[in-house]
Amino acid sequence: MIWSKRSILFPSVSADTRILWLLRIASGMAAGLVLLILFFLFAESLPLLWKVQTGRFITDTSWHPVEGAYNLAPMLSGTLYAAGGALFLATPLGIASALFVAYYASPRLGGIYLRLVELLAGIPSVVYGFWGLTTLVPLINELHPPGASLLAGILVLTLMILPTIALTAHAALRALPVEYLHSAAALGMSRWGIIRGVVLPAARMGITAGIILAAGRAIGETMAVLMVTGNVVQYASTVYDPIRTLAANIALEMPYALGDHRAALFVTGLALMLLVIALWSAAARIGRN
Amino acid sequence: MKLARLVIVVGTIIFGAGLGWSPMGNAATQKLVLTGASTIAPLAGEISRRFESRHPGTRIDVQAGGSSRGVSDLRKGTADIGMVSRDLKPEEKGLHAYAIALDGVGIIVNASNPVGMLHRWQLIDIYTGKIVNWKEVGGTNSPITVVHKAEGRSTLELFLGYLNLKNSQVKPHVVIGDNAQGIKTVAGNRNAIGYVSIGAAAYEAGRGTPIKLLPLDGVAATAVNVRIGTFPLSRPLNLVTRSVPEGLAREFIEFARSSEVHDLVEAQYFVPISIR
Repeated sequence: MIWSKRSILFPSVSADTRILWLLRIASGMAAGLVLLILFFLFAESLPLLWKVQTGRFITDTSWHPVEGAYNLAPMLSGTLYAAGGALFLATPLGIASALFVAYYASPRLGGIYLRLVELLAGIPSVVYGFWGLTTLVPLINELHPPGASLLAGILVLTLMILPTIALTAHAALRALPVEYLHSAAALGMSRWGIIRGVVLPAARMGITAGIILAAGRAIGETMAVLMVTGNVVQYASTVYDPIRTLAANIALEMPYALGDHRAALFVTGLALMLLVIALWSAAARIGRN
Repeated sequence: MKLARLVIVVGTIIFGAGLGWSPMGNAATQKLVLTGASTIAPLAGEISRRFESRHPGTRIDVQAGGSSRGVSDLRKGTADIGMVSRDLKPEEKGLHAYAIALDGVGIIVNASNPVGMLHRWQLIDIYTGKIVNWKEVGGTNSPITVVHKAEGRSTLELFLGYLNLKNSQVKPHVVIGDNAQGIKTVAGNRNAIGYVSIGAAAYEAGRGTPIKLLPLDGVAATAVNVRIGTFPLSRPLNLVTRSVPEGLAREFIEFARSSEVHDLVEAQYFVPISIR
């Protein structure tokens, strides 16, 4: 951009104010969009929220919206189990592969590995779902029927969020000043000692950001999860039990829902949105400390 | 600002490709909107393609979204014709329904399952969780995986009506969305049982997918039995209008019921109506 170059030589107020307003409008639009979505979700759920006490969404006997039962709690637990399980598996794997690429692999091998991980990030989620449905679910079924289960959901989600964690962690490691490594090496620290004592604490913020990003994706992921988790509304007592997530609930029933059923699905969306907001604010608090 | 330029270029290409892909709508003088059952939508899409080629200047828009959506869009006036894959309910009797084909809902199990038939009460017990092992109905000693549909689908209403059950009584192990997902689930699980459109199941079985259709009340799940009306779980595929259809809507409905589209109906493994 030419005028930004000129403004360095001849600081002009007009160019700066212009770009300031441009940025203000852009960020205002992004923020307004989120508020609009929240407002829209709320407005669509309102007909049911008037009619049904809010507490019933977690105390009703079951989720049978056509018969007037609206319990969302099992799906909330399903969402948290699936996303939590995937994070539990993907976080150490992702950080480990980022460390491997950055500090252990030869540049050539590291490059190839990084390309592969990027490829993994680019695969559409429905492809993961299809693979899960035709390969993973029958495999788990041999182990413990019915196959479509929380475990299948966790494994598919792990594959999907692993690249996010690995790539952001790798970027965070790359961003570290080389002097840190050189000084630590000059102190005679071992490679693992440097990683544990210097690299990981210094790159903590970047890695955490990646994990939060991954958590958001795991909670919101719909198609792949819908195809492999069995979608039965219940609390899972083992990882072999089928579960339904909030996002899958919306995708599964929305095309056919009318009236209160439809409103109940918007309440599901609202619950999902609140869950994500809670996650982000918790993350922001952790980040500040 | 290489990045910004890259973003703009890539964005333009994708957007442009999208524009080029979608047909130019302005040329059409007459337009018809169909919404409703996802079972009918593919067939209606094929029929409207042929209709459009015979009537230049018309454009038919087909959107899937379930039978109930078809009825409600019709009432709101956002659709000209609704697609409803069941008989009209009593509260919908003011509407005009024109069947274009028949379809049956068949029980499917994996092809390796030795069980050859199930009685209605056995189905009820399986779906309510009283029978949980295939050996209780003459199969191998393995637990049954019950595949059920998501709430709101007309296949589910038809099936529950046949078994005289409420949805809350059913104890499923897997809940699926569309027919294709149901067929893949049963094909991938030797102990699964599910119910899907006979048309879709016969088509997949014909292409080598390891599933088989079970007879119902002793009647084989075939197109012939659906046509002669002996198969107990069958339904009409209806085109529905608010009032007696006129103009383009009438032409389209007549075309969809004529023998000119029988090959399209049969290609989807449905049963043409006018043969009856």
